[in-house]
Amino acid sequence: MTAFLALVRKDLYLFLHDRRALLMSLALPIVIASFFGFLFGGGGDKQGSAIEIALVLNDSSKAATDVAAGLQGDASLAVAQMSLDAARQAVRTGKRKAVIVIPAGFGEAAGQALFGAGEKPEIALLYDPSQPAVLSMVKGMLTQQVMQVVSGEMFGGPGGREVNERNLHALEARPQDAETAALRGVLESVIKYQALPAKDESAGAAGAGLTMPFTTRDEALASGSGNGPQGYNPFAHAFAGMGVQFLLFMGIEMGTALLHARSSGVWNRLLAAPVSLSTLLLARAASSALIAFGILCLIFLFAVLVFGVHISSFGGFAGIALCFALVTASFGVLVAAFGKTPEVARKMAMFATLLMVMVGGAWVPSFMFPAWLQQASLAMPTRWAVEGFDAVTWRGMDMSAVLPAMGAQLGFALLFAALAVWRFRKMEG
Amino acid sequence: MGGDMEVLLEASNLAKSYGARRAVDGVSFQVRAGQTLGLIGPNGAGKSTTVGMLCGLLAPDAGSVRVRGEQVGPGASEAKRRIGLVPQDLALYEELPAIENLMLFGALYGVPGALRRERAKRVLEQVNLQDRARDKPGTFSGGMKRRLNIGAALMHAPELLVLDEPTVGVDPQSRNAIFDILERLRSEGCALVYTSHYMEEVERLADQIVVIDGGRVLADDTPAGLQRRLPSQAALQVELAGEPEPSLLDGLRAMAGVTQVELDGLRLAIGLQDAHDALPVMGWLERSGCQALGFATNRTRLEDIFLHLTGRSLRD
Repeated sequence: MTAFLALVRKDLYLFLHDRRALLMSLALPIVIASFFGFLFGGGGDKQGSAIEIALVLNDSSKAATDVAAGLQGDASLAVAQMSLDAARQAVRTGKRKAVIVIPAGFGEAAGQALFGAGEKPEIALLYDPSQPAVLSMVKGMLTQQVMQVVSGEMFGGPGGREVNERNLHALEARPQDAETAALRGVLESVIKYQALPAKDESAGAAGAGLTMPFTTRDEALASGSGNGPQGYNPFAHAFAGMGVQFLLFMGIEMGTALLHARSSGVWNRLLAAPVSLSTLLLARAASSALIAFGILCLIFLFAVLVFGVHISSFGGFAGIALCFALVTASFGVLVAAFGKTPEVARKMAMFATLLMVMVGGAWVPSFMFPAWLQQASLAMPTRWAVEGFDAVTWRGMDMSAVLPAMGAQLGFALLFAALAVWRFRKMEG
Repeated sequence: MGGDMEVLLEASNLAKSYGARRAVDGVSFQVRAGQTLGLIGPNGAGKSTTVGMLCGLLAPDAGSVRVRGEQVGPGASEAKRRIGLVPQDLALYEELPAIENLMLFGALYGVPGALRRERAKRVLEQVNLQDRARDKPGTFSGGMKRRLNIGAALMHAPELLVLDEPTVGVDPQSRNAIFDILERLRSEGCALVYTSHYMEEVERLADQIVVIDGGRVLADDTPAGLQRRLPSQAALQVELAGEPEPSLLDGLRAMAGVTQVELDGLRLAIGLQDAHDALPVMGWLERSGCQALGFATNRTRLEDIFLHLTGRSLRD
């Protein structure tokens, strides 16, 4: 035990006295996690997430200007009015994601088309092909605005009355069948409605035309059975992902340091002592696990203090952090066991690490993956670690919810350690 | 040295192969308490593999190493506590202060906490680094690192110190300081196994020499015993003023005490059975009208014995 403790103490001393390595181990994950947190909406700046579009307004009717005003008033959109050429250029250069072109005569044509009495005007939607999802969103918001404005104009606006009179007159030329009779009835009713004294605009929606026949109530189900609601905090996921990634990088460094030691006299001196190979490897793994656990705690402490990340279960957090620290340590020993030279080992381990963090959902949450990849990612310890941290932070779960993730990680740690010890024994024998 | 001294280490029929290559093939020797054994051989002779097996770094394919009757092997073998290894490479943590390095290696051998610091201070004095206890080896000169490298192997007060080329890359002053340390250890009763390519070092320290080549022991004897294996115990070098007559060389070869005569240009090398034979030979040369510009005599050195036993062909 004296030898084991002395080896662990030595590794801790060397790590804590290497100020540059210490700073990099802490600063890099914090900086990059903060960046990702802001990127995924953690800045609190809702303007930043509005879709930037261009509007080309070729019609001066009240309906057209009302639609333009409605779009400009929508918080989900950042609308800039410009000429068609300027708008096309803005989309081509990526400055705007889409263009809405409202054609000349839109107001009148839309009013006539509302009751099926004329050609439908065509609103052109030009979009950036790299942002196909934007097209659907802009279409939806445009439809809402147009329906509300055009129907409002037809039912209550002065232009609407003229259009309805003309539509009624136009019915004379049609065959006098049941359909024409029904349409005449509708138009006469609308004209009668328009003849009524104006109501207070603020009292209701009669003057505002057709509206959505429902409203929605949004509730984020981010909190579980933990310490009350906390809501989604993108920094929580970013710190989990980056913490996991940089810890694995640290594991690689630990492994390559062990490889360097093996090629130097130090390894021979260690093996010449009355200490088993398992003790040497266990001590190295234990010190690495302690360092990894400390780093995870410190970077999450930063996330809690600076970005308000909430930890719903300290026991659960400690469990996940400790288990992943063991994964890191055993991964490092595995790198040392299978690496032929430090340089080759570093390259191969870096590739494996990037694969693990990418597929494990450390960069982008795994729920955004295709179904098959979500299944495949269960074979990555990183997936369990990131989901474990997510569970005890923004999902607000308690310790029992992360027990499977802890178990899975312990399994990976044991597997890595067993492979490494087997390989070392084979080599040193 | 006394053959009656207690056997401390016994290597018996050691064999080790790497794939098809037989690195060590039936090596046997003994080290007695307080004895200094020089282990010499050309590159690739099997020295490092032998040292690896002596210290329990490698498991032999056949044979055994015993220290005071206890078998040495890889792992937590108790017999390892009696051995200190000074590896050829510097085996130190460069960023760990000198005293912490010593304390660590003491702990690996189970030296209790209270004794460890006291022992570390004493070892630092032994290797003349007491003023640099808190400094990191990364800031040390090559000679200081070599001394600390030896000190790290002394923390558990071993009965046998195995030194694998401990003076590589050090200046003459540091080499001398290292010899002083080793001679002091020897005087305190510590047995040494010393491998080196510097024959004069082995000559100075060893009272028993094992020459190995091709994985086999070619000779295991005292320095005097090895010397007796050579036909010439001394040599007389003569620098000639002109080319000698062939009859002069024949006359020399016929003289009592002359074992070998070689002419290289105007340089005449005469092998002698004993250094005392030099004077009669010089007198005979003068009487024979040989015009000599100068004479030099030297005793046969370990290097001559080494080359005699292992040959002159390059090994790598």
